Amino acid sequence: MAISFDLTESTRAARDHYHQMAVEQMRPISRRYDEQEHAVPQEWIDYYWKEGRRGIGGDWSGPNDGFVRVCVQAEELCWGDAALYLRMPTAALGGSAVAAAGTPEQKTRFLAPFNGDGPPVWGAMAITEPQAGSDAAAIQTTAELDGEEWVLNGTKIFCTSGESAAEHEGGFVVVWATIDREAGRAGIKSFVVPAGTPGMKLIGLEKKLGIRASDTATLVFENCRIPRANLLGSAEVKRRDPLKSGDKGFKGAMATFDASRPIVAAMAVGVGRASLDFVREELARQGFEVRYDAPRTELRVIERDVIEMEAELQAARLLTWRAAAMMNRGKPNNLEASMAKAKAGLAVTRITQKAIEVLGPPAYSKKLLVEKWMRDAKINDIYEGTQQINQLIVARRILEYPSSLLR
Amino acid sequence: MIDFEPSDEQRLVVETVRQFAQHEIRPRARECNEARELPKDVLAHAHELGLVSNAIDTRFGGGGERSAVTGVLVAEELGWGDLAIALAILSPSLVALPLQDFGSEEQKSEWLPQFTGQAFLPGSLALVEPRFHDDPFRPTTHAHANGAAWVITGRKCFVPWLQGSRVVIVVAASDSGPQAFLVPCEADGLHAEPEKNMGIDALPTVELELDGVRVPQASRLGSAQGIDLHRLVHRGRVGLAALAVGLARAAYEIAREYAKEREAFGAPIATKQAIAFKLADMAIEIDAARLLVWEAAWLLDRGEPAGRAARLAHQQASKLALDVADGAVQVLGGHGYIREYLPELHLRHARGFASFEALTLV
Repeated sequence: MAISFDLTESTRAARDHYHQMAVEQMRPISRRYDEQEHAVPQEWIDYYWKEGRRGIGGDWSGPNDGFVRVCVQAEELCWGDAALYLRMPTAALGGSAVAAAGTPEQKTRFLAPFNGDGPPVWGAMAITEPQAGSDAAAIQTTAELDGEEWVLNGTKIFCTSGESAAEHEGGFVVVWATIDREAGRAGIKSFVVPAGTPGMKLIGLEKKLGIRASDTATLVFENCRIPRANLLGSAEVKRRDPLKSGDKGFKGAMATFDASRPIVAAMAVGVGRASLDFVREELARQGFEVRYDAPRTELRVIERDVIEMEAELQAARLLTWRAAAMMNRGKPNNLEASMAKAKAGLAVTRITQKAIEVLGPPAYSKKLLVEKWMRDAKINDIYEGTQQINQLIVARRILEYPSSLLR
Repeated sequence: MIDFEPSDEQRLVVETVRQFAQHEIRPRARECNEARELPKDVLAHAHELGLVSNAIDTRFGGGGERSAVTGVLVAEELGWGDLAIALAILSPSLVALPLQDFGSEEQKSEWLPQFTGQAFLPGSLALVEPRFHDDPFRPTTHAHANGAAWVITGRKCFVPWLQGSRVVIVVAASDSGPQAFLVPCEADGLHAEPEKNMGIDALPTVELELDGVRVPQASRLGSAQGIDLHRLVHRGRVGLAALAVGLARAAYEIAREYAKEREAFGAPIATKQAIAFKLADMAIEIDAARLLVWEAAWLLDRGEPAGRAARLAHQQASKLALDVADGAVQVLGGHGYIREYLPELHLRHARGFASFEALTLV
């Protein structure tokens, strides 16, 4: 192998396909579902289920850039509309959790409907609680074994696609809960709760700064009973160091982030590119040219801004692809995934904010989508580990400090 | 297919240069800076390793392995060792690579074997001019055809002027746009005034005055075809960016190790988020800039337009070097300000990237 920045032909074809989808199916309804916050974008869901998902995923082993291609897809579709991307009927993070920590039987049982011909289905992941966000080990939701069933009790908030996943039969929510509160994070396990399970209740949807077409749900679990076989990983509580013990429970849950952070980073890059593309097109319309060869002192402020935005965006994209390419090789990418997420989340937050500044008054207006992209971008610096959590992860890794030394 | 793994061969080269930088360059960085002198033995050893001559055609005794990607991998390691010494080691590239890219057969056969011989032969390139708002693509130094000769007049600065240099490539405006000329260092009318700069003290550089310097017609690089100055400057920006990444990595590593050892309030300062997060940001930005540099180098190797990528890489890496060097001084606190430690030197070196152009080539 050798250093290469060339996407394979099949990935380029996929990129074009997703781009067309973004232009034709997402952009035209982007504003509508931003304004009608909790309305269901049925035409998009139906389109995606019937047409859009065909050819997605596929065989990752051939010369198709593997996981990088998944990032390319996320970038293109989030260039279209980040919230509609999140609203797509897919297994999403719940699927990643099952894929990372599930048994072959669990994978078949839970993931099959997503490739089936039935009605659309969603997966979701429920970690955050009113009193536990970044500190996932502080969650209070409990799971108790009662005969052949786990009984879940607790409240989950900020569950992306929580409404779709909880209410459409065939889908599921992966719920983090503790089976032993005193064991700290060693006691935390993840459980697959199928849609429609009695005791799982949707009690509300958040009103958000951005990604408004995405259903961010509060779910309450009241004596919610699921089969014993719906635990992902082992029920054993290993108090010493669950990260190193090979316990697929907590470790599996954490491994999900190594796969999901590059995707979130790619999503961020997509939103950032939407803003930057718009800026460049507008400048071109006005006859401005960005002179990459001009001396620094001769550059206009706008050129400097655009060059900086481009450099930041490309840096974020390359860090993202690197983290993804490592997954293709089966290499541990925990550090690189956090680097990509930290960089992309912040870079894109700034790029989309800067775009409004450089475009002036029209960009503040809702006639354009630029203001929406700024609102949509911000979440990327928060979910799947905030900027600060990813800095913390990177810091621990480069300093070779355990979490007890650096918290 | 997207891939971020150097080839096995490149890995071997990187490992060799890394060892060399660690054991031979770094230990000499401070003393050479203070003495404003280059370590001749280190330059000689670097030449034996073939760090530049590997890129020269086998026909002229080189390794025939021209690759900008390999070039940036090497430059990062050397820049990690010390910027001034790295620039000296790579100085042959300033003549050899433009010759390789644009030279006529005669020019190549005359000069290239001299860069692949037993002894280290430094190179020199005069591009930047001592003026505010300098534009490398619009030199005020000019060359006029006068019978069988070119007559060159103007001023240049940041011109490496190592002992033993035989030839300097001078970029000057001509009737056919900016062109490059091979000028012997001993030419009449060439006045070299040693410079003192904020950093890179160990590298002898001069302000060069060309007062009607006459060189034969055949001295124009690439003879009738001339050169592509844009390509040359892009190669310079990518090379400099790679050195900047290496410098940043050096400053970052020193800050990281210091922070793990230095205790305050009963614990290493690295256990404080204020320090730890700063180091994390450094690590992220170093990797980010490196990938931009690799991408630009990869485009150069493919013969594709690389001006934009070179600009992005150069801008990010230059900013990175300054930010990280400044951050390292800050992490070391008062010690960072003392010349016993390297970060203050890194900071002075790093500021130079805003002014340097074509001080090395890949």
